Amino acid sequence: MSSIGRGWRSRLRLLRRNPPLRMPSTLRELGILGMNERNGDYISIYNKRKYYPLVDDKLKTKQLALEAGIATPQLYGVIEIEHQVRDLDTILGDHQDFVIKPAQGSGGSGIMVIGGRRGNQFLRSSGVSVSRSELEHFISNVLSGMYSLGGLPDKAIIEYRVKPHAVFDAVSFQGVPDIRTIVFRGIPIASMVRLPTRQSDGKANLHQGAIGAGIDLATGRTVDGVWFNSVLDSHPDSGNAVRGIQVPDWQLLLELAARSYDLTQLGYLGVDVVLDAEHGPLVLEYNARPGLNIQLANQMGLRHRLEKVRAIEKIPSSAAARVALGQELFGEGG
Amino acid sequence: MKDFHLKTLALFLSVIAIALCYYKTERLGVPLTPQSSAQVWTAEATVRFDGQDRSAKINLAVPKAPPGFSVLDENFISAGYGLATNDVGANRVVQWAARNLSGQQTLYYRVVLTEDSDAHRDRTEPTPSYPDIPEYSDPERAAVFTLLDSVRARSADTASFAHELLRRFNDPTPEAEVKVLRDESADATAQVKQIQHILAGARIPSRIAHVLPLAGSLRHGSLTPWLEVYNGERWLAFNPRTGAAGFPADALVWYAGDMPLVDIEGADNASVQFSALRTSRDVMGLAQQRARLINSDVLEYSLLSLPIATQNTYKILLTVPLGALVVVLLRNFIGLRTFGTFMPVLIALAFRETELLWGCILFTVLVALGLIIRFYLERLKLLLVPRLASMLTIVILLMAGVSIISHKLGMEHGLSIALFPMVILAMTIERMSIVWDENGPKDALLSGFGSLAVAAVGFVVMTHPLAEYLAFVFPELLLLVLAFTLLAGRYTGYRVSELWRFRASARAITNKQ
Repeated sequence: MSSIGRGWRSRLRLLRRNPPLRMPSTLRELGILGMNERNGDYISIYNKRKYYPLVDDKLKTKQLALEAGIATPQLYGVIEIEHQVRDLDTILGDHQDFVIKPAQGSGGSGIMVIGGRRGNQFLRSSGVSVSRSELEHFISNVLSGMYSLGGLPDKAIIEYRVKPHAVFDAVSFQGVPDIRTIVFRGIPIASMVRLPTRQSDGKANLHQGAIGAGIDLATGRTVDGVWFNSVLDSHPDSGNAVRGIQVPDWQLLLELAARSYDLTQLGYLGVDVVLDAEHGPLVLEYNARPGLNIQLANQMGLRHRLEKVRAIEKIPSSAAARVALGQELFGEGG
Repeated sequence: MKDFHLKTLALFLSVIAIALCYYKTERLGVPLTPQSSAQVWTAEATVRFDGQDRSAKINLAVPKAPPGFSVLDENFISAGYGLATNDVGANRVVQWAARNLSGQQTLYYRVVLTEDSDAHRDRTEPTPSYPDIPEYSDPERAAVFTLLDSVRARSADTASFAHELLRRFNDPTPEAEVKVLRDESADATAQVKQIQHILAGARIPSRIAHVLPLAGSLRHGSLTPWLEVYNGERWLAFNPRTGAAGFPADALVWYAGDMPLVDIEGADNASVQFSALRTSRDVMGLAQQRARLINSDVLEYSLLSLPIATQNTYKILLTVPLGALVVVLLRNFIGLRTFGTFMPVLIALAFRETELLWGCILFTVLVALGLIIRFYLERLKLLLVPRLASMLTIVILLMAGVSIISHKLGMEHGLSIALFPMVILAMTIERMSIVWDENGPKDALLSGFGSLAVAAVGFVVMTHPLAEYLAFVFPELLLLVLAFTLLAGRYTGYRVSELWRFRASARAITNKQ
């Protein structure tokens, strides 16, 4: 009887410390950016619609990046019409591993990563083997627009498969960790790394169980990770510490992110970078509507940072200066 | 001010909407709530007389601004007669004239009326002079003055005087002086005349009002005399039998005074018969008629001028913005997730035929069956368009199957499944299966039930009788909806779901600080 009573009381105390709903005023004080505010006050104002196709079409992004000297995974080939599926062999050449994805894919869907091949058998990174006909069916699905924004006919991109840098090996399960940086008016304002777990099935998607760990802009070192809405210190699969990992080439990475603004002309931009073991930071894709999870991963709200940058009258024209500004304003140091 | 332009626009739209709406309700009498019909009376006076082979003039008293009614239409049916109407004091008289009339003649006067609570105007005309005290006969004089004295002692003003007098005059066990004055064998008109005769003893002006009771459907009816007394400001009506104040409900005041109802020169055997018929008429029809009377084009160019079939289509279409409003509220303010922005609105439209509970059941059954088949199709590795076409075919077959099975089971509601938007359903199943594959069943079911919830709320709002009525009769109110959705487009506050979603972020940030 008394133990039940105590149980209720402690549960009540827990509920009071962590109520299921927060007051809007609390969220505002903490500087948390909501979906409506992001859409209404930032995306709709700083992202001109005519620039969207540049980021929504990964092929265009790639070409643009290539011209601007921004490193991206090497393009092996593009399949635009059903007929060209036959040319797959020519495109693949000797490459043993590669990635197939839709040019206008939405939310990371429709990406197939092949880690090796044996004749007509292809080995997916998850370990599942797919036959050549299954691969061709996948490509035609991509072409028909199954995974694409608006379901319109699409192109299939076949590109270099990133070999993840060893730095995150201890804290990621399969997959490729990627580093998302929010760049507002060309200034990096927040960054996080998304670490795949067994639960997320090797995908770097927080929603599906990947770990998000904030990165200190000043130093490039990770802070606490967040997994399914709660802060954690160590990786749930390996038990290794998530905190305090130094991201290599950090300055370079931030500069890539800052330069992406000049490239895309999008004022509110999410830049996804992967660290390749051989080629260093490669821009994987841009996002004109980056999500709000970065707030949880960094344990800070975006509002105050956005407002600070919004108030700046003259944004430096050089990317390096913008990176320095971002680090000075939002870096925590130490 | 933030979003000044937008707010001005929204204000402008709202002002237009409210102004138009106000005009329609106040000036044209379009009701703000759905009343399907109003009472309309058609009263008819039939004048019959015999022609005498010479010219004749027929004067018939007709209603003039009858209290409690507004006149919608008037007809004088009289082929070959000259026609004129004149005001005579408080009355109106129609004069028919013709030469060389022979044989029985019939004339009709017809008036179409509707109850109008605004039309309870005071009757002030004409201002009478105070009557002289009549020359009563001896026994009469004593009785009259005794009665008047005792009535005066128990009354305060003209109204209470008349009431008290009538009460005593009609007392079933009358006092001695009333017995002298009352003539039991006299007809109703004579009775009222006798009361007037007594009232003149107190120098109170009075007259007979002739009213036509409209209750039920009246044939071969006649006018009932009523008493009106003048209190120095206006004429007050009393029931001469009971002393109750006012005209009877549903009675039309035809005319007042001593003049004859019909007055004929050059003909014989005049008789007047009344008939009345009560019908229900569409309120909107009345408003249109009224609008025509005051030369307003607002209703002439409204949806009501369209053919009925088209009107019925618009009755449904005009509620769609309300459904869209629900979507805006539930998505941008509450934060529900749905498949397709306006798919729930289309589902809600389908619910009109199936009704809510059955609609939800049928939708769930259909989507669940469709999903199972879709997962099977996945294994066949079909291309997108053929796969969608197959899904569409399968959805239609499923709908037919559900209809047949539910019909055999005696559940007729299952038949209405035929009205579900099958293309939308097929697309929903397709998208749901993709979300299911990529983000897991939780996301798919969340969005699926989100869609259903939005559809259900949309249905309730869109089919509310008041909402349907207002949207159709006052389509300008949709400008208000537009103004609100425009404003909602700049709502950048949190969604209700975010108060929950960000609880972890809030806790993490709080802890860190």
